[in-house]
Formats: sequence, C-alpha cells, structure tokens
Amino acid sequence: MKTSDIFKNGLIKQNPIFIQLIGMCSVLAVSSSLKNSVTMSAAVIGVLVLSNIVISLIRKVIPDKIRIPIFIVVIATFVTLVEMLMKAFMQPMYQALGIFIPLIVVNCLILARAESFASKNGVLKSALDGLAMGLGYTIAISVLGTIREILGSGTLWGIQLFGENFQPAGLFIAPPGAFILLGILIAIFRSVVVKRISQE
Amino acid sequence: MDIVNIIIANVFINNYVFSRFLGICPFLGVSNKMETATGMGIAVTFVTTLASVITHIIQKYILEVANIEYLQTIVFILVIASLVQFVELVLKKTSPSLYNAMGVYLPLITTNCIVLGVAILNIQENYNIIQTAVSGFSAALGFTLALVLMASVREKLEVADIHESLEGFPLTLIAAGLMSIAFAGFSGLM
Repeated sequence: MKTSDIFKNGLIKQNPIFIQLIGMCSVLAVSSSLKNSVTMSAAVIGVLVLSNIVISLIRKVIPDKIRIPIFIVVIATFVTLVEMLMKAFMQPMYQALGIFIPLIVVNCLILARAESFASKNGVLKSALDGLAMGLGYTIAISVLGTIREILGSGTLWGIQLFGENFQPAGLFIAPPGAFILLGILIAIFRSVVVKRISQE
Repeated sequence: MDIVNIIIANVFINNYVFSRFLGICPFLGVSNKMETATGMGIAVTFVTTLASVITHIIQKYILEVANIEYLQTIVFILVIASLVQFVELVLKKTSPSLYNAMGVYLPLITTNCIVLGVAILNIQENYNIIQTAVSGFSAALGFTLALVLMASVREKLEVADIHESLEGFPLTLIAAGLMSIAFAGFSGLM
C-alpha cells in the first residue's frame, strides 16, 4: 500500500466517523466548540499514533489468543500519559473534556486500527495509518464543532462573530443538535464525496 | 430518597445515551431489531452493575490505600475486560440458554463506554457502595430504554421512503436527535 493510499483511506474512503461510524461518543460529546474539538483530536491522534507504533513493534511476540487485552493495556498506558500531561499543563481544557479523556481507551477507532492495521503492518506504515485515521477523525469533529459553535453560541474559537443582537440557537450546543447535525453531515459526505470517488 | 434521585437522574434526566453520549456505538449498531436490542440491554445491565461494584471496591481498598490513583484507567479497563470474559465463562457453564441469548453481545461490552464511564463517574461523585450499585444499574437501564425505543422506531424507519443518502445511519442519528429533544423535557423533573 502506498503512502498516498493510506492517507486517502484515513481521510476519505474509510473516514472513521463519516464512513465507518466508529468512535462516535467523543465526537458527539466534545464538539460543542471548535477549541474542544481540536484539543480532543490532538489527544486522539497522539494515542492513536503511539499505540499503533508500539503494537506494530511487538506484533510478532504477542500470543494470538490474548492480543486484545494486550492492545488495551498499551492503549490505556498512552491514554494515562495524555491524561496526566493535560492535567499538568492544560487544566481548564482537562476540566472541559472531563470524562472523555480517560474514555479514549474504549474509543473503538483506536482498537480497530490496532487490530486491523498495526498488528499486520510495519512500524512506519502503522504510524502513518494512525496519523491518517486521526486526521480523518479531526476533520469530522472540527467541521461538526465549527458548525455547532457558530450556530449554537455565535462564536468561533471563542471569538464573537456577530453583533450583540444575534440570538444563538441553543439547540445546537445541546445534545439533540449534535445528533441531528452529525446525521446531516454524514448524509452530505456520503452523497457528495463518496460518489465522486467511485466515479474516478 | 437519594437512591430514587439517582435512578430518575440516570434513566431520564441524564440518560447516558441521549444526554451524556456514552455507548453510542452499540446504540447505533444493535438497535435495528427489537430482539437484539433487548439481548444487548440485558447483557450491558448485568455487566455494568457488577463492574461498578467491583471497580468501587478496587478504588477504595487498593488504589487509594496504595496511593496509586493515577493507574485508575488502566486498572479499570483490565477489570472490565476480565469481568466480561469471566461472565462469559460462568454463563456458558451454568446457564447455556442465557448464554445463547446474550452470547454474541458479551465480548462487545468491553468497548462499550458506558461501563467504564459509569465506573469513573461513580468515583468522581464519591458514591458509597450502595449508591454505586444503584447508579450502575440505573445507567444501564437508561441505555436499555434508549436502545429499545430506538429499535422500535427503526423498525418503522426501514420502510420509510427517503432520499438514498439519508438511508441507514444518517436517518437513525436524526431520529436519535429528535428523541433526545423529548428526553430533554425530563429535565424539569428534579
């Protein structure tokens, strides 16, 4: 597989959120603002790349029967690292993301890449795959975060966009808005992007 | 009174699926049929209640005593993964009929974020052991309620005539959003 294929897969063809629909909990939960979305993406990319690298390195010594618990321990180790780093250096963001930082452990996206890619491919490829899938996740959550923040609170990255008379639609930063907007985004992504690729 | 509050909060007001976004993957994955939805619901309820109590004991008597709370995430996920395996083995031996009913869903529960989520939230809320058990049970009950409601809606959605790009998950998500608005109405209960 070529490098460009890995990125095309991660970003578009096999986009974890829009196409595979895995790892959705954190996408719906933390996308209420763009800043939260980007921070969450950085945490996910970090864990995804590092765990892919380690799992790819030890893939030949892991006994097949207990591979899943081993993957989970590797992932949990990196999640704990990220959690401690955020607690030490980004306290407000750590508070805002709350329980969704430790819950990266059970993000199906990371376990799915470990099982289906890193346990079968070399270190460099696995690292690139982690990066590509992480960027696919970033695109989805950032688009959702941007729309929700603009509509729901009239700001972007915390900066006021409209005049004082603007009435934000609170529905969009509330949970229902997340579900409905993500549904619409997936429909748009599938009909526009996927159709164009299949025509190529 | 306290326990009643926890139950109402977890099932209706802060429903784990509709307002805390936990357990979305199984919620979307197995809500296409009523039968699978109830099977998954029972399996999750069982494991979550058990996992809440066990993680509570581990946190109070091992992690806090040894002053290694930072290992919480790793220890909890290992406990949950082995618990799921253990439950699977016990059920296989003692009650084959129940095992057959929820067999396929059991391994999936390890990566259901509700189980780990409830365990961590219970510790954060500083619940005692009874409150922990009730909270775990009611959280899973709320998940089952969401799953069963969604399954009954989706069985009807399958025959709906809609644009092809909306078929399947997009429409399910939009329906979940509408249902979430309905659940937001419960917020006046307490």
